[in-house]
Amino acid sequence: MTTSAMAPPSGRGFFGGFGGRFVPEPLMPACLELEVAFRTAWADPGFRADLAALLRDYTGRPTPVTECHRLSENLGVRVLVKREDLNHTGSHKINNVLGQALLARCMGKRRLLAETGAGQHGVATATVAALLGLDCVVYMGEVDVERQRLNVFRMELLGATVVPVSSGSRTLKDSVNEALRHWVATVEDTHYCMGSVLGPHPYPWMVREFQRVIGDEARHQCAELGAAPTHVVACVGGGSNAAGIFAGFADTDAELVGVEAAGGAAVGGNLVGVVHGSKSMLLQDSYGQVLEAESVSAGLDYPGIGPEHAHLAEIGRATYPSVTDDEVLDAVRVVSQTEGLIPALESAHAFAYLLREVGRSIPRGSTVLVNLSGRGDKDMEQISDLLSQRKEAQ
Amino acid sequence: MTVLEATLNAVPHPILVPYITGGVDEHWLDYVHEAVDAGADAVEIGIPFSDPVIDGPVIQAASVRALERGTTPDTIFRDLDRYRGSVPLVVMTYYNLVHRYGHEAFAQRLANSGVTGVVLADLPVEEATEWTQAADAAGVVTVLIAAPSTPDDRLQHICDQSRGFVYAMGVMGVTGERATLADSASVIAKRAKAATGKPVLVGVGVSTPENAATLVTAADGVIIGAPVMRRIAAGGSVAALISEFRTALAPA
Ligand SMILES: Cc1ncc(COP(=O)(O)O)c(C=O)c1O
Repeated sequence: MTTSAMAPPSGRGFFGGFGGRFVPEPLMPACLELEVAFRTAWADPGFRADLAALLRDYTGRPTPVTECHRLSENLGVRVLVKREDLNHTGSHKINNVLGQALLARCMGKRRLLAETGAGQHGVATATVAALLGLDCVVYMGEVDVERQRLNVFRMELLGATVVPVSSGSRTLKDSVNEALRHWVATVEDTHYCMGSVLGPHPYPWMVREFQRVIGDEARHQCAELGAAPTHVVACVGGGSNAAGIFAGFADTDAELVGVEAAGGAAVGGNLVGVVHGSKSMLLQDSYGQVLEAESVSAGLDYPGIGPEHAHLAEIGRATYPSVTDDEVLDAVRVVSQTEGLIPALESAHAFAYLLREVGRSIPRGSTVLVNLSGRGDKDMEQISDLLSQRKEAQ
Repeated sequence: MTVLEATLNAVPHPILVPYITGGVDEHWLDYVHEAVDAGADAVEIGIPFSDPVIDGPVIQAASVRALERGTTPDTIFRDLDRYRGSVPLVVMTYYNLVHRYGHEAFAQRLANSGVTGVVLADLPVEEATEWTQAADAAGVVTVLIAAPSTPDDRLQHICDQSRGFVYAMGVMGVTGERATLADSASVIAKRAKAATGKPVLVGVGVSTPENAATLVTAADGVIIGAPVMRRIAAGGSVAALISEFRTALAPA
């Protein structure tokens, strides 16, 4: 297997034909400065040690890999779950935020700016801002403010300012637009803490590096269990939890599977486009107007995908199938009732794929590592509404 | 020297370039003509994009209006066949529309529609080569943007690579009017003037005729977008607005 499948990008930030830096000129100097800062920090054992200490003492890493015996027995495959739901704040998002916040501090920035969909990245950013004494502003689409109210309250309690976004689809895509607009005016003292492997170089690469701790740990933990995953499955919004876990297995024989929401399946759409700073796969019309994604899960409600994933799809190293909202709701129930793990709606996409594909693209006898990117607490109100709607419809 | 640059150089007074979102309503080309008749030296035409990250509320709203009417690059190009002015047209849009249309095809369509220059808001100089080759071949020049945050060496490179004129962003921020003129506007104009002999036009944050008059002591001219689009949204007279700016920028 190729060891270079997840190599660093080219000098201009390309993974194969995808990536780059497509931002308005006023933001270019900040992107260039960030790249230098990240390269320096990532090569600095002192920075790495500071980050490792926070990941251990503050978020509680390493997160375990849980062997799911009942699910394994029911499905006829060995199911291992990487427990990112056990991180402080409840998802993988904090791995990246800790890295970027430390970097922001190195660069002398006193404010963190973030976009958020499900609110998990916003909560992680608000949390770390509080920890490091930085100001924090989070842009969130109005639709998401409504369906993730609990997370809005958490952010505010943590001292962050949450700005509802009323433009466009009023979801994740538009919160990125607003965050970029805000960044142009505040770039001098503000670091844009992007929540996924999206955006202009160096973000897609940097965020993957900050998330690779998931894959590196899991690789080691699987080896200790005597398990070599044949499949590594993760949900994909922008693709940060997937990139993080894939990074640990890119040089193995494991099939890497990124599961998209059917209403936001950028790779399935198979069109190359440029938005939010990079060239990647993008849902768009015949003139290049970006389409609005539609998914039950606020965190996957995004029309694009990180450029490195577009590259992995193109070279055939990873695949990006999609699952429907209905399949996701079923998966939430099955995983909750079989393993006592309530997954976030986003993470449930990975399980939905597993449940659907065992005996099809996942042969019985396989060893499947699923990334449980976050816990479902934030989704309880929404899931309860959706399940009762479904009952009424029947 | 490009035709656009030569044309702008030949303008005997400070240069006034209004921006109008193509397709904002069915009269949009009439507004272009009104602007020309009221003394515009060139007109910048926006092709609306779904995700205009450098635009503030006024131009965002104009883009939404235009898109909801079914405006596409092709409807704008078609409408431009009826352009009867003699001043140059410059298109401003975002790169994805160009990428999707195809570089060569887009450049050719611009040229066929009589457009002489293009500004792509999210295509920085590093990524511009593929597009500029196609544009150059079609005889369309690519105007680059310099921002207040652009450091000196980068500014020099941008000024060298820009064709037609240099678009100097007046403020660190999105398009839209401001209560007061930012100091950064004159500063970037002077820096760009020191770096190039090409015309330097200041856009973004030029809100009033007084702002414009102040800026042309440092720059060759101004681009006004949000004031024009606000006037159009309010159903007011574009001609009257352009006349006010023209009067303020009367022969230097
Ligand atoms: C729990 C969880 N998983 C996944 C995602 C999607 O992001 P990414 O694809 O970057 O991992 C989110 C985003 O909000 C999330 O909250």
